[in-house]
Amino acid sequence: MNIKVLPAQAKSCFHCGVDCLDRVLASDDKCFCCNGCQTVYDILRANDLEDYYALEDRPGTSPKERAGRKGEFAYLDDAQVERMLLDGDVQGAVQQVRLRLPQIHCASCVWLLESLDRLDAGVVRAEVDFMRRELAVGFAAERTSLRRLVELLASLGYEPEITLGGAATNKKRLGGDALVRKVGVAGFCFGNAMLFSLPEYLAGPEGVAVEWKRFFCWANLLLALPVLFYSAADYLAAGWRGLSKWIISIEVPIALGIVALFGRSAYEIFAGVGSGYMDSFTGLLFFLLLGKVFQRRTFDALSFDRDYRSYFPLAATVREGAAERSVPVAELVPGQCIFVRHGELIPADSRLRSPWVRIDYSYVTGEAEPVAAVRGETLHAGGRVCGLAAEMEISKEVSQSQLARLWDHPAFRKKRGSEFEQRVNAFSKYFTGAVLAIATLAALYWAGSDARMAVHVFTSVLIIACPCALALSTPFALGTALGILARSGLFLKNAQIIEQLTHIDTIVFDKTGTLTRARDNEIGYEGTALAESEREGLAAVLRNSAHPLSRSLLQGLAAVGDGVVSDFEEVPGRGLRARVGAAEVMAGSREWVGEAGQGADPRLPGAQVHVAVDGDYRGFFRLGNVYRQGIGPVLEALGERYRLLLLSGDNDREREKLSAFFAVDDMRFGQSPTDKLEFVGTLPTSGHNALMVGDGLNDAGALQASAVGIAVSENTSVFSPACDGILQAEHLQRLPRFLRFATGANRIVVASMVLSLLYNAVGLSFAVQGALSPLVSAILMPLSSISVMAFATGATRLAARYTGVER
Amino acid sequence: MSALYLLVGFSLLIALVFLAAFFWAMRNGQYEDTYTPALRVLFDGRKSAKPSKEIVP
Repeated sequence: MNIKVLPAQAKSCFHCGVDCLDRVLASDDKCFCCNGCQTVYDILRANDLEDYYALEDRPGTSPKERAGRKGEFAYLDDAQVERMLLDGDVQGAVQQVRLRLPQIHCASCVWLLESLDRLDAGVVRAEVDFMRRELAVGFAAERTSLRRLVELLASLGYEPEITLGGAATNKKRLGGDALVRKVGVAGFCFGNAMLFSLPEYLAGPEGVAVEWKRFFCWANLLLALPVLFYSAADYLAAGWRGLSKWIISIEVPIALGIVALFGRSAYEIFAGVGSGYMDSFTGLLFFLLLGKVFQRRTFDALSFDRDYRSYFPLAATVREGAAERSVPVAELVPGQCIFVRHGELIPADSRLRSPWVRIDYSYVTGEAEPVAAVRGETLHAGGRVCGLAAEMEISKEVSQSQLARLWDHPAFRKKRGSEFEQRVNAFSKYFTGAVLAIATLAALYWAGSDARMAVHVFTSVLIIACPCALALSTPFALGTALGILARSGLFLKNAQIIEQLTHIDTIVFDKTGTLTRARDNEIGYEGTALAESEREGLAAVLRNSAHPLSRSLLQGLAAVGDGVVSDFEEVPGRGLRARVGAAEVMAGSREWVGEAGQGADPRLPGAQVHVAVDGDYRGFFRLGNVYRQGIGPVLEALGERYRLLLLSGDNDREREKLSAFFAVDDMRFGQSPTDKLEFVGTLPTSGHNALMVGDGLNDAGALQASAVGIAVSENTSVFSPACDGILQAEHLQRLPRFLRFATGANRIVVASMVLSLLYNAVGLSFAVQGALSPLVSAILMPLSSISVMAFATGATRLAARYTGVER
Repeated sequence: MSALYLLVGFSLLIALVFLAAFFWAMRNGQYEDTYTPALRVLFDGRKSAKPSKEIVP
């Protein structure tokens, strides 16, 4: 065979950088891996947009995965669908839309997408939000349409992710954030109040002139008002709620401190007896709110609350007689006949009308191989149609399908309270009681000799006991830990998840897509060796089949397979038969290809594809799951400290391989999503705290029912089911380290709480003696807050280094 | 010394202007996306700055 040898550099596609294995297309001395990439290049060159290739090397995304079917996006012309996607606030004739493009990955992408107006004259404005992988487009409705925009993007390799769930959230978010505004106000007032207080602190024994002292005091009072009424409003409201319902939470002593601090200062200023503690007051609120902001880390590109709607298409093609039209899936009613094409999802439970179809349920059930269905059979929502298109009759509404009902399970409605919060709140009861007792006792002690001193001491105790530093320790330690984990590939929904991770004693794994790589197969061959020409022939036949086994095998064969195929025949559930040149090639099940009894033992693990050439049985290819790299040592390490369970929707072919890591009773195969949910749901009753590690929709229920559910994702900007955390697949092997780090972070929280209580004790010793001057308060308050913050952040970083999460 | 009253007033006023600027920036969405603008620096001088009139289909 004659192979054209190309220099190594030229072998990777100029557009997308993929190795051009199959064939090499050349244009302008540049190589492309496929027609799709070349087309994109030609479009960009024709429009003078070649800078795309100058900004980054080989920046493209190949559009070859999708077969550009005509009318694929026809549903976007539907007025109802358009309304769901477009932003409501239409400015004149300009329409606004936000599209999610998971393919955005580099500066070239941003540049090209923001130059969209040069490819479509109707585009008025195009702006990319890189972190959210979003493109906001404003377009003139009379010059272009949503459908044309989406088609243009798809042809460039940026096919928007348009889903039922996304339509609601893709709309424009309103800018601004109340909490940050409150911090802004508190910070502004704190800074200025401190400046106005400095003259008195620095004046020395002779003091500041009385008129100046009064002027600065009143200025401070003025500055404290917005802090009290705006920034502190939430604390005061929460404190009041707690007191009136007699539920003493951490907010109660904080609110008491705030009121005492402000009231005492205002009294001193009005009465002219002192200068008040307004600098401490504003500083207190500033630090408290800062802690709140710090804890609330958000990951813009990720979503932790996705349900089945995020996977579902926005519209389905409904057939009425010979006519086809697009209908939003939420409005599909039983009895309607829909048409689902290759690669599309079945939106609702329905009955098949076509003679047969093959359906890939891997998202819903975790079964690796697609199943064949025949006319009249019930098809479940969430299945993906492979190969041929199919016609089906809706039997249940979308929200009533088996898959959608999974989300009605109570596991999806549970609210998890923070354990620290509970512990702190339980502690607050005693804390508040103790503070009030100390304040009263101290006041009584002084009451006999000096009534004014008694009031002074009482308020001083309330002020200094305000557990500001205590309230800061959790946010700063866990907030830092969240950031460190995110940099290492584990994105947690919130800080509470870190606390819950420490109580885990059982880890439940899903198999397909979690322990194994979802799309790859390990291929082995047994039998008479195939000649080069036979391999080429087999590849040519496989190229004509959409069956996932054919696709996987074709990938593994590393043959070009460009022979001319004739008399192609595919029988569902059995195999393929075709002519390549002079030879007849058969591939498929054992029964299809050879005589019964010939060939392999059916009990061997892995899916098998048997091959015969010219009626002569040759052997079979075995396709086994490929486990993620380094998964063995990880399971061994985890097995030492945790009980490991396996819940797989797939069959038990891999049982033997896995028994090295899991006890025989702890492996369950053929589990439906509901089975998984229910099994994980029973673990707490036997006293186990389970961490569920899964990927697809089939694990969605179990992820919710477990104490902590972590979704493993190959590409975090694509999608993952609702969960508590998203783990990048390539970092799965660091799971043991993450768990150790979480335990460390929790110890740090406790340590910083103890530290903050020590400060309170020191402050109290000043307060009961009546020696809490504004200066002492102004030093002690920020000192305790800042040192607790520094300790919490620093110690968490050290723990990350120590456990090897971060170097 | 009474000029000090005026100066303190001015200093507060200026600080208020900055606070207002912060509020404006938040409302305007300046903190919405803090990453992409850094990429746009790379496009300076690229052709996209001046949209072409002719569109090749």
